[in-house]
Amino acid sequence: MSVFFALFGREIRLVLCQPGEAVLAMLFFLLGGAIFPIALGPDPALLAIVAPGILWAMALFAALLSLDRLFQSDYDDGTLDQLMLLDLPAPAICLAKALAHWATHGLPLLLVAPLLALGFGLSAEGIAVMIAGLALGGPVLSLIGSVGAALTLGARRSGAILPLLVLPLYIPALVFGVGAVDATLGGFPAAPHLMLLGAFALASVVLAPWAAAAASRMALD
Amino acid sequence: MTEPKSSALFRAEGLACRRGERPVFAGIFFELAEGAGLLLTGANGSGKSSLLRLLAGLLPAESGTLYWSNAPVAADRDAQRARILFLGHRDAVKSGLTVLENIEGWASLQRAPSDAGRTALAAFDLERLADLPARYLSAGQRRRLALARLLLVKRPLWLLDEPQTGLDEAATERLATTIENHRAGGGIAVVATHGGLDLPGAERLDLDVAHRAALDAMRAGELR
Repeated sequence: MSVFFALFGREIRLVLCQPGEAVLAMLFFLLGGAIFPIALGPDPALLAIVAPGILWAMALFAALLSLDRLFQSDYDDGTLDQLMLLDLPAPAICLAKALAHWATHGLPLLLVAPLLALGFGLSAEGIAVMIAGLALGGPVLSLIGSVGAALTLGARRSGAILPLLVLPLYIPALVFGVGAVDATLGGFPAAPHLMLLGAFALASVVLAPWAAAAASRMALD
Repeated sequence: MTEPKSSALFRAEGLACRRGERPVFAGIFFELAEGAGLLLTGANGSGKSSLLRLLAGLLPAESGTLYWSNAPVAADRDAQRARILFLGHRDAVKSGLTVLENIEGWASLQRAPSDAGRTALAAFDLERLADLPARYLSAGQRRRLALARLLLVKRPLWLLDEPQTGLDEAATERLATTIENHRAGGGIAVVATHGGLDLPGAERLDLDVAHRAALDAMRAGELR
């Protein structure tokens, strides 16, 4: 367990000592989201309707922006070999890396998402459910993304292949996350959507690290 | 048991390796007792790195078996991993972290005592550079930082891939001494080298021979 937390802490320190990439993903999320009101016109009624979908889609894209480096830099400099020889099962290594990715790239989105949502004129309870959904869905984006990152290890143009692999797998999170906000705005309970999203998050915690471990072992062959 | 027990600690029987369609080597045998050294020699591409990765368990063997104290290592991969210190030809040094953060990161990942990082740096004369970000290191200094990892924890089996690359004379000597001490303490060292590093009393394994054997076997298979 101590090795797991040491790895988690090290991954976070590695991002913090070169924070440019994490900040870039956050700015991409903000600016990309801010483009839509300009493109669609300043109709408050329309913007409130499309806001949940746009915010969620932007969160997916922002996550993809940084995922291709998740294993690649460790693979390139030989760190991945060393990690595989640690006294820690490979799935636990992948879990630590994915959770650190969420903490450094997913959590910041949670902080700026209310700003963007306010800009779209989303109601207070709409924003609250949006944040709850992103809090549950954020780890999913990093965990499923880690599988894609491991599968594209060593591939040329991995940054272009990764979205093709990962985006279809993100669809359930997108559907439940947007559904929760839509339900709230329509006067229905959001809980069923959030519970399904939570179930999806739990399933990905259990399954994704094994898939990512198998894929990265294949890459090291 | 019909198979004769061997007194060797680490033993390979008929290891063969294939990368994709291409056979790399075949018919590798060795027996290493406590404190033994094994120098892997051979031309580029003869499979020195592949053999080391195979010994580390990072690469599956196509055939053959590895034994540790007469037990096949495949039976308990976790135990085998805990015996190994592997140093690949890539340094696994993170440019963004300082020299000290790099070594202490590995120290905590390998559950080394808290002062092990500084001691290891001192052994490879990197103390002065402790607070320097690793991106400012020269190639030789990065290599020394990678070598410092050898001193964090005690492991009986060292697998070193061209460890002297980029080192100056003083550092090469220090590396030789480090390996000597490891072997004097009963450890085994398997080292791939192009020369420039000599292990006194070590066995030599020429991979060119094993490489040719693998290619011949492939050709024979094709002709049949």
